[in-house]
Amino acid sequence: MRVWLPATLLASLLLALSAGMPVLEPLFNWVQPGKQQVIYERESFLFLLQNHLMLVVVSAAVGTLVAVAGGIFVTRPFGRDFLPLVGQVASIGQTFPPVAVLALAVPVLGFGEAPILLALVLYGLLPILRNTLAGLEGIDPSVREAALGMGMSPVLVLVRVELPLAGRVILAGIRTSVTINIATAAIGSTIGARTLGDPVIAGLVNGNTAYVLQGAILIGLLALTTDSLFEALERSWDRRLQSVGV
Amino acid sequence: MIELKNVSRHFGNTIAVDGVNLTIETGEVCVLVGSSGCGKSTTLRMINRLLPYSAGEILVDGEDITTMNPEQLRLNMGYVIQGTGLFPHWTVARNIAMVPTLLNWPRERINARVDELMTLLDLDPSAHANKYPQQLSGGQAQRVGVARALAADPNILLMDEPFGALDAITRENLQLEMLRIQKQVRKTTVFVTHDIDEALKLATRIAVMDQGRIIQHDTPENILRHPASDFVENLIGKQDRGLKLMSLRPVRDLMANHTEPRQSEPGEHVLREEDSVRLALSVMLWQDLRQVAVFNAQEQETGVITRERIIQEGV
Ligand SMILES: Nc1ncnc2c1ncn2[C@@H]1O[C@H](COP(=O)(O)OP(=O)(O)OP(=O)(O)O)[C@@H](O)[C@H]1O
Ligand SMILES: [Mg+2]
Repeated sequence: MRVWLPATLLASLLLALSAGMPVLEPLFNWVQPGKQQVIYERESFLFLLQNHLMLVVVSAAVGTLVAVAGGIFVTRPFGRDFLPLVGQVASIGQTFPPVAVLALAVPVLGFGEAPILLALVLYGLLPILRNTLAGLEGIDPSVREAALGMGMSPVLVLVRVELPLAGRVILAGIRTSVTINIATAAIGSTIGARTLGDPVIAGLVNGNTAYVLQGAILIGLLALTTDSLFEALERSWDRRLQSVGV
Repeated sequence: MIELKNVSRHFGNTIAVDGVNLTIETGEVCVLVGSSGCGKSTTLRMINRLLPYSAGEILVDGEDITTMNPEQLRLNMGYVIQGTGLFPHWTVARNIAMVPTLLNWPRERINARVDELMTLLDLDPSAHANKYPQQLSGGQAQRVGVARALAADPNILLMDEPFGALDAITRENLQLEMLRIQKQVRKTTVFVTHDIDEALKLATRIAVMDQGRIIQHDTPENILRHPASDFVENLIGKQDRGLKLMSLRPVRDLMANHTEPRQSEPGEHVLREEDSVRLALSVMLWQDLRQVAVFNAQEQETGVITRERIIQEGV
């Protein structure tokens, strides 16, 4: 249970700050003197956190589903022809900046949550896809041959052998994807999505450093919480498999 | 019974298996020998349908395998893969239990079977059952591979260099275990190796392969006595043939039996009826004896074997 401790602490801190930001008013008065209002109040931080999180979770879920399904498809006998193409897209796609994806999505989907969700899904899909391919391709072929050769059906081989063996690598891909998307989601505020990026944008526009700080601190904490959550997940995965070198 | 009729397999332009005809009788151990890349593994993989064949037909107990459900076919064929292929995320016990689990055996029966097999293959269940494959030595891993193939008591065993990459002593032990197991449970076995001594020791019949074809298919004795070509002759080692033939023959064949078994004190290194004539000769040479006493499994002296008899009739 020890592995979950940092994640739990960070999550509590994140929730406490989101709910009780006004407590820190003196601090922000000192950071940003001469403003009437130093605590961002246009939306509650809890609402922004919730919306931000929703964007990231939905995009991660959709991205994982699509990427893992795609990775599985191109490593089956019937989908092998697409493997080189998909592999290239997964690597090259990541050199594409997320802002550019956003800029391209707006004309198609307009302002609001939809374009940022699309950008997050597309952009977050790539590291997961790349890791799914690496994980599945990295399995010793003799293991697959043994599984098939002793009478497992191809579906069972996938579910009982390939996915468990590739799981650790796929999980690492999801971790990268989610971490990137927490930052990317904040940019969504520029095109009208409600996220923790709102106070940052508002602060920049009004010259209110306190707003910027509040947004940035919460985004940072969210990223840290999520990352230590994945750290804990990976640790407990490793422990379950003891010294298994996968 | 497994029958291959004119079976061929191409990979692009390379012909891996070229018009192979081979019949493996029920309960027989057929050993495929040949140099690397001659098509041994490909032949094996076609029998369990891991590879489709380009031409010909394969029958198992008279039935064309392409008409059978591949999973059903494979569940009845233990498969020991070249390089073990153990599941790294499963314990030894779960690896061995794989096929019984697929067949939905009840839990207690599976556990009992795993214990039984580990004991049979000289792996202490309490020490090894919960280990992962990475925590085993090469020899232990190969034994687990063999146990896994035997688990659901299949009628057919396909073994692809199951004892490859092992030191001589472990290899010898596993070969003896295999002979012992084969004596208890007669399985139709196709065994691949490129070690001719292993082939001579284990086979009822040997199929010598070269460049995708079967050059000779015969008993070990006939292969040694009448090699079909220079290739086979080189493979068995021309000059060494005399001793190799001697190692095929049990002492029982050449010993002079006592009228009835005698009680006598067998020493530490006794000669047994089922030991090879070659071993008997070696013992005599080393201990400078003209003859040695032979014992049966009940520790009774049943006869003697002499140097003259071996020299005259050993081969
Ligand atoms: N999947 C494949 N694709 C292309 N060529 C193959 C494939 N599998 C085998 N071959 C070729 O077929 C030939 C026979 O291979 P096979 O694996 O049957 O040899 P082998 O007798 O088992 O050799 P070894 O003793 O080294 O295991 C070789 O020339 C090999 O290169
Ligand atoms: Mg081979």
